[in-house]
Amino acid sequence: MQELVDGLIRSGLAPAALPAWVHYLVAMLVFGGIVVFVFILPIAGITTWVERRVAGRIQSRIGPNRTGPAGFLQWLADGIKSLLKEDIVPVAADAPLFKLAPYVVMTGFVGAFVAIPFGGPLIIADLNVGILYVTAVTALVVVGILMAGWSSNNKWSLLGGIRSAAQIVSYEIPAGLSIFPIVMLSGALSMQSIIQAQGWEPWRWNLFHNPFVFVAFFIFFVAALAEGNRTPFDLPEAESELVMGFATEYSGMRNLLFFMAEWGNLYVIGAIVTTLFLGGWQIPWALPDHPVVRTVLQFACFFLKSYFWVFVAIWLRWTLPRIRVDQMMIMCWKYLVPIAFVNLLGTAVWMVAFPAGLPAAQMALFLLGVALLGVFAWRVTYHLRRAGLTRAELSFNPLSTARIPW
Amino acid sequence: MGFGTYLRNIKDAALTIADGMAVTFSHLVRRPYTVQYPDRLPDGVRVQDTLPFRYRGILEVDLEICTACLACERACPIDCIVIDAEKDKAAGGLVMTRFDIDLAKCMYCGLCSEPCPTGAIHHTPEFEGADYSLESMVRRFVKAPVVAYKPKKGGETDPEIAPILERGMRYVEEFASPDAPAGK
Repeated sequence: MQELVDGLIRSGLAPAALPAWVHYLVAMLVFGGIVVFVFILPIAGITTWVERRVAGRIQSRIGPNRTGPAGFLQWLADGIKSLLKEDIVPVAADAPLFKLAPYVVMTGFVGAFVAIPFGGPLIIADLNVGILYVTAVTALVVVGILMAGWSSNNKWSLLGGIRSAAQIVSYEIPAGLSIFPIVMLSGALSMQSIIQAQGWEPWRWNLFHNPFVFVAFFIFFVAALAEGNRTPFDLPEAESELVMGFATEYSGMRNLLFFMAEWGNLYVIGAIVTTLFLGGWQIPWALPDHPVVRTVLQFACFFLKSYFWVFVAIWLRWTLPRIRVDQMMIMCWKYLVPIAFVNLLGTAVWMVAFPAGLPAAQMALFLLGVALLGVFAWRVTYHLRRAGLTRAELSFNPLSTARIPW
Repeated sequence: MGFGTYLRNIKDAALTIADGMAVTFSHLVRRPYTVQYPDRLPDGVRVQDTLPFRYRGILEVDLEICTACLACERACPIDCIVIDAEKDKAAGGLVMTRFDIDLAKCMYCGLCSEPCPTGAIHHTPEFEGADYSLESMVRRFVKAPVVAYKPKKGGETDPEIAPILERGMRYVEEFASPDAPAGK
């Protein structure tokens, strides 16, 4: 980033009369704006469309399919509608806090993208405390949610806000404890260093480094879902009990900001999981050496891996019912936290026992992962067979709107 | 809680979640059941013809076989049926001057079609009831005063009424009776 701006100043494209920090500031604003409007907001929006399509197919429906090809422009239509709606502030609400809350939530979410890599050299700032920064800045969301819950002056909002605070603060612990083994393995907090410490081959990913990290991966994913207020942990906005939780009193654009943060957070979760456990943007060295081609391939690799986990989160949401508050707390404190501690100690012991890693164990874990996927695929076909479906009742085209035959 | 239970809980959670996800994934590759109303149907197919058995659409009355017994009016929980019938010696029985069903009020519960002795009042598969005013949603079936139907001993002989009555009785048996088999 800085080199780019320095280059621009030297080449005379930027007026040299101004002090350098002005150039840096303008460059940061422009680049931040580009990333927010070209990448983050469309990703959050398109994820709503993906979610509704996937939900539709899981429930044997079609989902939105009228706005644009396969309903793809639905997210734009919804966004414009929300922008044009009346922005209501309840009379009894604490107006300044009420108005500020969505921006705090949005800041916590967009702030995470500062340290999240996009592929190869593409990263806004490769902070040397990268993953620590990401966990810290995403925890800012809880301040905004608590603010929204309190200032709405509504019992549902307040309950939602408090539940969210309890949930996010609790699940920070297993999430943090599952990040530690990775930090120990790569010896760095910087996102790029963590990725570079892994290889492009799946068996050289952190995920398969040792059995403890393998378990830590699942703990991290569950804890991250809980932090992102996703079903089955969407207690803060449980529709059936709390109407919409902390967002009950919000309308129009402010409501949209909450939901944008929620769906955008899915991508953040996917990107962090990909960075920590799944080899990030590493692609085989055999691929073409042209820097632009490589960067595009690395971007595609990282994006697809991240977006796969967005899909998994959506899929999980439409599979599991919401759990109770006490179950959520039991799961965190009695299961995830102790196991995460075991993982931390186990990884430390493993690193002492095998300072250079254990390739045989990595390969065995990789094969175990493949076997688990195979068993899973067999279960899927088992359920399909048990439903007694004919070939005409199946459709592998995700955008298909064809009904079962008459 | 012993350590064995603890481990079993973890195992159960992992296996049931994984199997649940296998179920939902198997749904992802099935075709949707949605009927895209009204413009994505195959040529010549009306949605009304594809509706399942016992679909409760807009009510209809066959005045030819209505006995003016008022059973439906009494059965209606929200009084959307209004019938005016008077004894008229000259005409030879009950004469109906009014049989109105207010579709704006009707909640399609089907309670009126169950007590009907001849199946005169019944649901149709029609459901497109949108209109521009509440007034026009009141269906007035009696255009001119009409003599109520009287069941004849030994079955209906009038060739015009007989098929209507036969259909009405079939409706009562198959559709409106709670003991009827739920299928065709």
